[in-house]
This record gives sequence, structure tokens and C-alpha cells, in this order.
Amino acid sequence: METKGIVIAGVGGQGSLLASKLLGRVLVNEGYDIKVSEVHGMSQRGGSVITYVRYGDKVYSPVVQSGEADYIISFERIEAARYAHLLKVGGIIITNTQRIDPMPVIIGSAEYPENILDELTAKGVHIEAMDALTLAEEAGSSKAVNIVLMGQLAKHFHIDYDRWISAIEQTVKPKFIELNQKAFELGYNFGG
Amino acid sequence: MKELMIGNAAVARGLYEAGVEVVSSYPGTPSTEITEFSATYDEIYCEWAPNEKVAMETAFGASLRGVRSACAMKHVGLNVAADPLFTLSYTGVTGGLVVCVADDPGMHSSQNEQDSRHYAIGAKVPMLEPADSAECKAFAKLAFEISEKFDTPCLLRMCTRIAHAQSVVELEERIVPEHKPYEKNPAKFIMAPANAIKRHPFVEERTKKLTEYAETAEVNRLEMGGTEIGIITSGACYQYCKEVFGDTVSILKLGMVNPLPVQKIKDFAGKVQKLYVVEELDGVIESHCRNIGVEVIGKELFTPLGEYSQKSIAEAFGLPAKETITPDTTVPVRPPVMCSGCPHRGLFYTLAKNKITVLGDIGCYTLGSAAPLCALDSTLCMGASISGLHGYNKAGKGETEHKSVCVIGDSTFMHSGMTGLANVAYNGSNSTVIILDNSITGMTGHQQNPTTGYNIKGDPATKINLEDLCHALGINRVRVVDPYNLEETEKAVKEELAVDEASVIISRRPCVLLKYVKPKKPVYVDKDKCRKCKRCMKLGCPSIHIDADGKAGIDKTLCVGCGVCEQLCPFDAIQAGE
Repeated sequence: METKGIVIAGVGGQGSLLASKLLGRVLVNEGYDIKVSEVHGMSQRGGSVITYVRYGDKVYSPVVQSGEADYIISFERIEAARYAHLLKVGGIIITNTQRIDPMPVIIGSAEYPENILDELTAKGVHIEAMDALTLAEEAGSSKAVNIVLMGQLAKHFHIDYDRWISAIEQTVKPKFIELNQKAFELGYNFGG
Repeated sequence: MKELMIGNAAVARGLYEAGVEVVSSYPGTPSTEITEFSATYDEIYCEWAPNEKVAMETAFGASLRGVRSACAMKHVGLNVAADPLFTLSYTGVTGGLVVCVADDPGMHSSQNEQDSRHYAIGAKVPMLEPADSAECKAFAKLAFEISEKFDTPCLLRMCTRIAHAQSVVELEERIVPEHKPYEKNPAKFIMAPANAIKRHPFVEERTKKLTEYAETAEVNRLEMGGTEIGIITSGACYQYCKEVFGDTVSILKLGMVNPLPVQKIKDFAGKVQKLYVVEELDGVIESHCRNIGVEVIGKELFTPLGEYSQKSIAEAFGLPAKETITPDTTVPVRPPVMCSGCPHRGLFYTLAKNKITVLGDIGCYTLGSAAPLCALDSTLCMGASISGLHGYNKAGKGETEHKSVCVIGDSTFMHSGMTGLANVAYNGSNSTVIILDNSITGMTGHQQNPTTGYNIKGDPATKINLEDLCHALGINRVRVVDPYNLEETEKAVKEELAVDEASVIISRRPCVLLKYVKPKKPVYVDKDKCRKCKRCMKLGCPSIHIDADGKAGIDKTLCVGCGVCEQLCPFDAIQAGE
């Protein structure tokens, strides 16, 4: 198969590392070759962070470049737009609708582009937007936004639901398994 | 067993399987996890050293004792450890010694993008460069074989996209080689001129042998495909080239990037019509090719700046770009910021408010340079804040010392701030040094250091007392402030700037992200009292914003109730959470 690309975008501290860890676990369990390129270090906190996941029969580059992503998973509204150029024509953006103001907006030197997702939709981009924060809180923690979005992504994969659930068990600490499985379920069931 | 591992974890696994017994390092992105993962193996003695020079010398001592040892650092850390490296090249090793060094093309988290291969050339030591996690593990093990076979330290060059990219690794058993008995050998290990002069020919001879090795080494792999284009490449660039061209071109993939083979490259050049060198940063392989009379296309086509990717390589070859869709509206940038409740914020606010010149250092606090605080005037390298301020004040001839300070973190102070402070005391500049003691090495992701009271395993360790240390270094005026207390902080800064002698202010408050730091209730805004003056916005706190009514608002999910904004508000509109 042709190598597939997934981009996980968010704000430093939102848990993109756990999302890519889960995705990596599932795809390894399914027998794919896979590469995941991450951003590490405390200095990224509050900044825009991006993780690349690529999988297929044989993966060379660990990074996703312009026009190569099948999916963009975004933990914040404008982060989806920031990396929209990475999306393949016909690719899908799955985004949390949460707004987190970046510092230039906070200090008034830039405006938050409220309607940027509509603009992308008008250009023909397929966007699945959801209030993942509310669902995460329903699951028990606002920090589970990452796993809620993974649940939504999972609907697009031909991988059994149970395989995702067991990958969660392999990925998170025992005391957080239940919370994350609940968050995953809520994300999976969102939008029917 | 197959595992998905980041390159750094795979290097650690390689160290483990190679039977390494001692690892000493100083943290630095993107190298930090090599040592953190090494510390998860109980069989390896692992430590955070105060700096990279100490780390490498510790690894040297372990090698001298006859065991396999390693150290890890980022590219600029190798500058600090360059002194032992260049003479380790002369002494060689007893037990194998591997130096892992991680470059950061694109400067994801660095102050420059220097190319570590120059050190391998300069110190005349071999250097391996893996291209994925499986190679990280395999090359770490091979590096020990090379180190022992050729009697040399061996460098293992990483880069961000290999160090922090996960790929599949096959795990193997740990094999500890037999310890070599310690034998006193002054001719090999006492590098005084009479001995060193005899070791230099050995180094030159060794380079010839290593070059012969490079001609046939399996890690320098020829992948013949189409012969119209030939590419010589290594590391992450190999992956990008394969991504673009697959098997349609021929590739000479170099796993050993110093010394470089001669005949192998000449033979390859003879097999292809047009030969390219694809390498990030400097044209090292390219220069070698030209030196041996092989014509190549290199830096005239590929930039010496930043990171490469399949996209940038395709572009350089003139291949069509992939179709994309972009929004017309500009997306505002989202730079990293100091966290809500960061103890550095109150101090930087105080410095900015008083328009003080601030020489900075390397750490999270470099973020103090960002708007709206804009509190820094310089950042050079680890430790340069203190020594820089000393020089600034000496040159200022009394005009600068009452309005300039330097800021340096606790870990950075232990790394290379102490010597600068000794210079302030000894050579008598009236400098005001502020140590930002947040009780952890913050920027690299919370590593212990000699001032925290814990070692790499989290076990209790000797805690060096900063106040006593500064006194011992010859500073009489040392005082501690809580940066959450703006009044106390401003008083200390003003008083220490006013006096006519050197002083140290320790701004002490643990990093808000440390697990034992419990957040307080978020503050709230009494909307009736808020007069829209926006003074609270001068803090650059991500928890504070202006609501639609023009009045301040607090993000309750982010605010940790540090109370700094509360002290700032002239109308008591911001109040402690209940």
C-alpha cells in the first residue's frame, strides 16, 4: 500500500505525544511499518506543536510535507488551519472546536480568525469539527481531548474497535485506562 | 520482540545491549532521552553531570577502568566537551567509549545549527550516523566495536528527526564484554608533551586504518537503482531521498561519516551519470569528494540552512510540488510562552518595569525575551550571562553597573555559571547576578541537577546550597527572594543595583509544572472594579485575556493562582480564588 500520512496538531501541553503513542501502538499491532516524528522539551509549552505519523508497507521519511496528509487531527481550531497545507486534496481534517488564544492575540497584536474553518470548508476541505473538550470532561478529564479525537479518527480506519481499546490498555498507565477508554468511546460515537 | 521506539530510546537500548556500564551526560534537546532511557536499565550506572565536559571525562575514567562507557549531549554541548575529546583521540580507550551527539538542524530548540561532523574531522575520531531507530541501536553497538578495535572514542551523530522519530526496533540480549584489567600505562594515558608527541603518529595511522575500514564497512551501503542519477547521502537525508526517488536512482548511503571512504566513492561516481551529495547543514561529504577529485553537485543546489525533507529535495531536483489548499486569512503565530504561574514571570516583569539591561542565558527563561515582557538583551551560550555582564560592566566604566543585571538558571549556573561568578568576585566588577532557582532543569523537560537534592533515578542526593556556593566564590552580598512577591523582588533588585559591590539575588520558587507543586485556586476578576487599564496584560500570562466588554478575564483551566497579577492590579479587581 501507499504510505499514509497523519498530522496531529495542537498547543504544547495538550497531549499530542499520547495521541501519537496510541496511534503508533495500534498501527504496529496491525503489522504496518510506521514512523512517528515528535516534538519534545518543555520549551514547547504553549507553542504550536506538530506530530507526524506515517504508515504503510515501507516508510522512509518520518515527516509529512505539503499535500501529503490523509488526516489532520487538530486539538485547537486555528491549529487545523495553520497546517491545512499539509492535507492531501480529498483529505480530512478532524478538529476540536476549542479556542485557545495565542500570545499575539492575547496582547492584541493579532486577531483570532474566528471563521477560518468555514473558509476552508468553502474551498472544499472536508472538516469534522467537534467540541472534544466537553466530551473529554464528560469522560472525566479535560486532558482527554487527545483521546476523544483519536476516537473520531478511528471511525475512518478499517481496524476493529476492540483493537483500539486494547491498544489504549497497552499505552496508558493502569489508573487512566478507564478514563481514556471512555473518552475514546465518546469520540468514536460522536456524529453517529 | 519488536518495539516502536524514538531514536534516542533505541540508542539507549543499544548501549544496554552493548554491555555499557557507565553513562554520564548533561541534558540538552534533542539528546536528553538517550540518558533518561539508559537510566531505566538497572544494569547501567547513569548520572546527570553538571556539564558535558564533566560527563565526557567521567566516561573516560570508566573506560580507563576497563568498562564500556558513554556520554550524550546536544551539538553545542560538544563545544563544552571538546577539550577532553581532542586529547581522548590521542589516549584512545581501554573499555569502549562512545560519545552520542545530537545536532538540531532547523533549530527546534537550539541557539545555532552547527554541524558536529566538524568535530569528528578535527579530533580525528570515527563518527557513525544512523538513519532510523533500528540503526540507532545497531550503530550504538557497532560504535563500541570500532572504539575498541581502533583504540579511539567513537562519535554517534544524531539529529532531531532521528532522535525524536519513532520507528520499529528488534530487541536483543545484553552482552557484557569481559572487563579489561587495569594496567598503569603512562605512555598512553599521560598526555604530557613527551608522550603526546608519540601518540600523534598513532592517531594519523589510525585514521588511515579507519579509512580502509570505511571502504568495505557494511554501514556504507551501495543501493544500485537507475544510473542516471547517483546520490551520496546519510542519516535522515537518506530517508528523504528514498521517499522522493525510491529505487529509480542509485544511492551510496554512508553510515560512517568520518573518515569517509575514497575508493568506494570513486567507484560509485564511475557507475552513475550525474552525482549529487545530499547532506543537511555543511558540505562535508561534498568537500571530501572534491578533495579526492570526484565531481559532485552539492550545496549549489541544496541549502546549508535548516532541515531538509522529501519536499525540499524534490524541489531542488525541480520535481513538481504536490497540490494543496490553504486559507486566505493569516493564522496568527503561536510561539511558546512562559507557563501560567511560571516563577520567572514576576522577576522579568520587575526588570522590564525598571528598564534594566538584562544579559540572559540558556533555559526556559529565554522566553522572557518575548513580547510583552521583552526583558532580555542577550542570549549567547551556557554561562555567558554572568561573564558577559562582567565584561559589559568593565567596559561601562561605572556607567552600566547600576542598571544592568544578568539572569541564569540553577542548572545553567552549575553547568558553567560558577566560573563566571568567580571572575566577577576575583576581578572585581560591581555586577548584579540573578540566579533563577526553579529547583529543576526546566527547558529540557525536568532533569535533576546538583542543586535539587535528587539524582537521575529520583533518589536523594547531596544538595549543593547555592547561597553557600556564592559566598564561597567570593560574593559577600547574597539574598533570596520569592518572585511571586513583586514588592520584595523589586526592593531586592533596586537595593542590589544601588550598592557598590557585586551581589547575587537568588529568585527562588519551584517550577510550576513540578508534580509536588500544588496549584492554588484560580484568581477571578471583579468586573465592577476593573477599569480596563490593561496593566495585567503587561505580564504576558496565557491565563489573562481581555473579554468582549474590554475588561480582564481569567482562563480558569490555565490559572494556577500564583497571584502576581493580583498584586499588579491598581484597582483590586483581580482577587484570589475562593
